[in-house]
Amino acid sequence: MSEHILEVRHLSKAFGSHAVLKDIDFTVDQGDVTSIIGASGSGKSTLLRCINLLETLTTGEILFHGQDVTKGKINQSSYRAKVGMVFQSFNLFSNMTVLANCMIGQQKVSGIPKEEARKRAIYYLNKVGMAPYINARPDQISGGQKQRVAIARALSMEPEVLLFDEPTSALDPEMVGEVLDVMKSLAKDKMTMLVVTHEMSFARDVSNHVVYMADGVIEEAGPPSVIFTNPQSQRTRDFLKRILNA
Amino acid sequence: MFTQLLSDIGGLWEKYGTVYLTGIANTLILAITATLIGCIIGFFCGILQTIPCGPNENIIKRVLLKLIRIIIRAYVEIFRGTPMILQAVFIYYGMPYFFGVSFKDIWTVSIIVVSINTGAYMAESVRGGIMSIDPGQFEGAKAIGMNHWQTMLYVILPQTLRNIMPQIGNNYIINVKDTSVMFIIGFSDFFAVHKMVSGAVFKYFPSAFMEMFGYLCLTLLASFLLRKFEKKLAGKSNYELVNADQLVMTAGNYNYPGEGSPFDEASKDYKGEAK
Repeated sequence: MSEHILEVRHLSKAFGSHAVLKDIDFTVDQGDVTSIIGASGSGKSTLLRCINLLETLTTGEILFHGQDVTKGKINQSSYRAKVGMVFQSFNLFSNMTVLANCMIGQQKVSGIPKEEARKRAIYYLNKVGMAPYINARPDQISGGQKQRVAIARALSMEPEVLLFDEPTSALDPEMVGEVLDVMKSLAKDKMTMLVVTHEMSFARDVSNHVVYMADGVIEEAGPPSVIFTNPQSQRTRDFLKRILNA
Repeated sequence: MFTQLLSDIGGLWEKYGTVYLTGIANTLILAITATLIGCIIGFFCGILQTIPCGPNENIIKRVLLKLIRIIIRAYVEIFRGTPMILQAVFIYYGMPYFFGVSFKDIWTVSIIVVSINTGAYMAESVRGGIMSIDPGQFEGAKAIGMNHWQTMLYVILPQTLRNIMPQIGNNYIINVKDTSVMFIIGFSDFFAVHKMVSGAVFKYFPSAFMEMFGYLCLTLLASFLLRKFEKKLAGKSNYELVNADQLVMTAGNYNYPGEGSPFDEASKDYKGEAK
């Protein structure tokens, strides 16, 4: 068995009696850009939150480099530090400046000295084009800028995998582009990414793997060329027809 | 009538001015110290009460957390639900009974009583403050790997502090006035001076007048300073773009992340040093 960076096995998640995810299986390899698409309520975000252990799974396991992270033995904090997450609602720390947002995790979680953390934070803020704003506070910048800072914050931890939970859904249409640009440049840099998105163009053009979810199961998965041009499942076909013609 | 009052006050001031001032100083020191310690107790309770406890945690941790919550709950209910004047008597005279020790220093016992009383109120204020923080802030902190203490210390509590500043101010002002009940165990605060002086010279109303005026000045001053502090906590409303720093690229080209900066491999100007 080859070494997958992330492997989800038989994952199920229920809120009370409501099963949101049913027996999900999939793997992520180094350098993969995986897009998870599907209608609202199909469990995409929950899946991502389970992978980052923000939700506890009902059953199943998540293997990170072959090691199960859902059991008590592994250090959850260091796992989370290696698997970054970008949220729909940014979740920047509103009591800190842009720069401090990108430094705090490095300093407190990874124990990197201040100067080094600062350099690294500015390096990644540069990457997302937000370096001139290091003194701004989150409530002083626009949504697209916040999301770019959030990406820089996640990158500053130098994660092995980056999870995106609908990163552009809360943005004004004219700000979607700048965030997608950043994500494209990350994909070019061979960052391993797992993206829940409604941006079909991103799924089609940038990712090399597309997962279509419906009602808590993976209905169909494969390379975008297959999913978008020749989907096997009727539900996938219906979904794509609806969303692409909208 | 007013001239009579003024001359009485003048007389009192001349004779007991320094005593009144010492009373004010004592009141202020007690109120400030106790409010600060009370806040620390409150924040501590806040952190302890919000330790997450999932069904997957082991049984010892769950029992322990449950116990902590019960203790905090009891503490809050008892000290919020009984008069401070009684708590003072209870602790001051109770200690010799239970532990065979009595307080030598009236300051220590006064600070303890007022602090734990304030702490009980603050614990609830802090809990409310923490609940008012957007859950996304917790998730953002967790997602970069922070544990509960780090999340609380660096992200949640600073925001909570800002939100409950009016509550803290409330508590401080209440303390300035309510420390007057500590005369019951012999603490010589501002109000105790009134009792002492008026008992000695039988000038009840002029002394009370001075006290009223004095307390009002103390609380008005506190309100004013707290407002200033709140403004300061809210932070500046503007920021400066940083263009001078060598590590920072100039503003304007951020719409083209592909082209990047001199520190980005994608750039023509890239010179090799990565980070």
